[in-house]
Amino acid sequence: MKLLNHTLLYLSASLVFILSIWAVIFYFSMMDEVYDSIDDGIANYKILIIKKARQDTTLLNKRNFGESNYAIRPIERENALRATEVFKDTAMYMEYEEEFELVRMLTTYFSTDDNRYYELKIIASMVEEDDLVADLLHALLWLYLAVIASAFIINNWVLRKIWRPFYQLQHELRGFRLGEDKVFNPPQTKVSEFRDMNNTVAELLKANIAVFQNQKHFIENASHELQTPLAISLNKLELLLEQIQGEDTQAQLLANAIQHLERMTRLNKSLLLLSKIENKQFSKEEYVDFNVRLQQQIEDFSELLQYKRINLAVAEQARLKLLFNVDLADVLISNLLKNAIVHNHEEGRIDITVTTNGFEIANTGKAQALEPEKIFTRFYRSTDYPSSTGLGLAIVKAIAQRYQANVAYRYDGGMHRIVFSTRQLI
Amino acid sequence: MKLLIIEDEQGLRDNIVQFLSKEQYIVEAAVDFHSAMEKVSLYDYDCILLDVGLPDGDGLNLLKALKSKRKRDNVIIISAKDSLDDKLEGLELGADDYLTKPFHLAELNARIKAVLRRKALGGRNVVTLNNMELDFDGRVLTIDGIDIHLNRKEFDILAFFVVNKNRLIHKSALAEHVWGDHMDNADNFDFIYSQIKNLRKKLKNYGANLEIQAIYGVGYKLTV
Repeated sequence: MKLLNHTLLYLSASLVFILSIWAVIFYFSMMDEVYDSIDDGIANYKILIIKKARQDTTLLNKRNFGESNYAIRPIERENALRATEVFKDTAMYMEYEEEFELVRMLTTYFSTDDNRYYELKIIASMVEEDDLVADLLHALLWLYLAVIASAFIINNWVLRKIWRPFYQLQHELRGFRLGEDKVFNPPQTKVSEFRDMNNTVAELLKANIAVFQNQKHFIENASHELQTPLAISLNKLELLLEQIQGEDTQAQLLANAIQHLERMTRLNKSLLLLSKIENKQFSKEEYVDFNVRLQQQIEDFSELLQYKRINLAVAEQARLKLLFNVDLADVLISNLLKNAIVHNHEEGRIDITVTTNGFEIANTGKAQALEPEKIFTRFYRSTDYPSSTGLGLAIVKAIAQRYQANVAYRYDGGMHRIVFSTRQLI
Repeated sequence: MKLLIIEDEQGLRDNIVQFLSKEQYIVEAAVDFHSAMEKVSLYDYDCILLDVGLPDGDGLNLLKALKSKRKRDNVIIISAKDSLDDKLEGLELGADDYLTKPFHLAELNARIKAVLRRKALGGRNVVTLNNMELDFDGRVLTIDGIDIHLNRKEFDILAFFVVNKNRLIHKSALAEHVWGDHMDNADNFDFIYSQIKNLRKKLKNYGANLEIQAIYGVGYKLTV
């Protein structure tokens, strides 16, 4: 849920509550005022009528309300003295409305100079309470909607304006990748909270970049520094092997040691290659014809393919030409091909399909899907091939990332398929 | 043949000197940029092995100096940097070959011989061994004057054996020489064995006077 909607949700819920309470209080205080005002009017009227009745005794015979709004009837003295003046609500038939309506009625008592007692009833039309409540509710509903609507609009505008630095930061962070040479620019803002946040994020990223760079440099330096001692020990063992000559167990031990040093060398080289790809050290680019490169590499692997009696078929549905570094293109293709051969069984199959935006290399092998999210990670390898570096597909992935391309694995139709697809427009 | 090894790492230098001594070369060594400069300006060498990462100077500058003096010494660059730019720069400056550390000594041997062969008078890039002749330019093998058809890899294998004759060649050195980085799995050594078996059969059929001996678990040796 967006921040805007969150605010609105809380606002509308609390507004329902607040407005309801407000409406009740408002209603009662208004009604109080209305009664007060009407009662005052009636009381004033009473004084006027009594004054007039003392002068004009004909008024004393007005028994019914009729056209006017008062009625007088004589009563016993005792009753009059016992009774008190009361205001009350009562219903009365209204000609205009053609129904009984609520009216306010004052019943009071007075005496004339000749000591006769009378009861005086005065009525005044009242506010129609049900209509009032309905009107009030109606108005309240509109008010509620209006408040919510304006809150929505203002909030939207304010959020957009005030939160702009936040969204900018979000945008910057989304585009940020560790290892890319992109400088992180926190957006400028006057809001101190955002400024704090920006600074914190910037510092955090700076620390992270530094750690990342250090780590990268360490791997680079370590692999680089290892080359010479590796070379020396490898050559020393070779010299020793020459001196021993022959088929004894010592020679085999030596050969074995050489083999493992070789593996270490390969690991080292692969790590260096990975660092170089990530450092964009293969900057020279040209249009590389992948169809040609593929055929060439297949040719290079031909003896191995023959030896394993693997049937390789290429379907060139299109000509794939990409702006690429030639060496990386070769590494990409050869790693994938090697992968397809090594993890294949004898008399297996490799199907290569070249399309306009990439290629797919599918191979038979273990009849079991691999973990798609793991196979491109460093040092992932199947237990069947302990001598592999586990870096081949990691390099493939790094090359793909370098060129904003995609590599994906799936197991389909009994074949392991790795698809390389680019977004490059040709 | 006179060789100069310019290498600051003592271990590596010793290895190379020891290995090459078997080839009847005169081998000299220089440990840093300055002593190397001194040597190359005083003497002529047939082949110089040049480590570009010297502590007191860039090896490539030595190469430049050499070329500006119009010296005809052949140079093989040895570098710990497996970077293509370095390789191209070295070759553009006039180096004959480029080798990345770590390398197999047999590989180094093959490279040196290739360089020396090209330099040799007559310019025929050919090696003869008993009744066998290998033409490196035409990639043709002749035994007793008869052309034998070898595929690309078979020729490479044989050539590697011939230049390293009577030496024990480790199987991974052979694999790397012939198939480059394409071959790096132990299970592929069976495959190499099968390739060599084919080659042996051909050599035997045409009566080549040599033997490729397999040493189980270690490698191969061409004995003449």
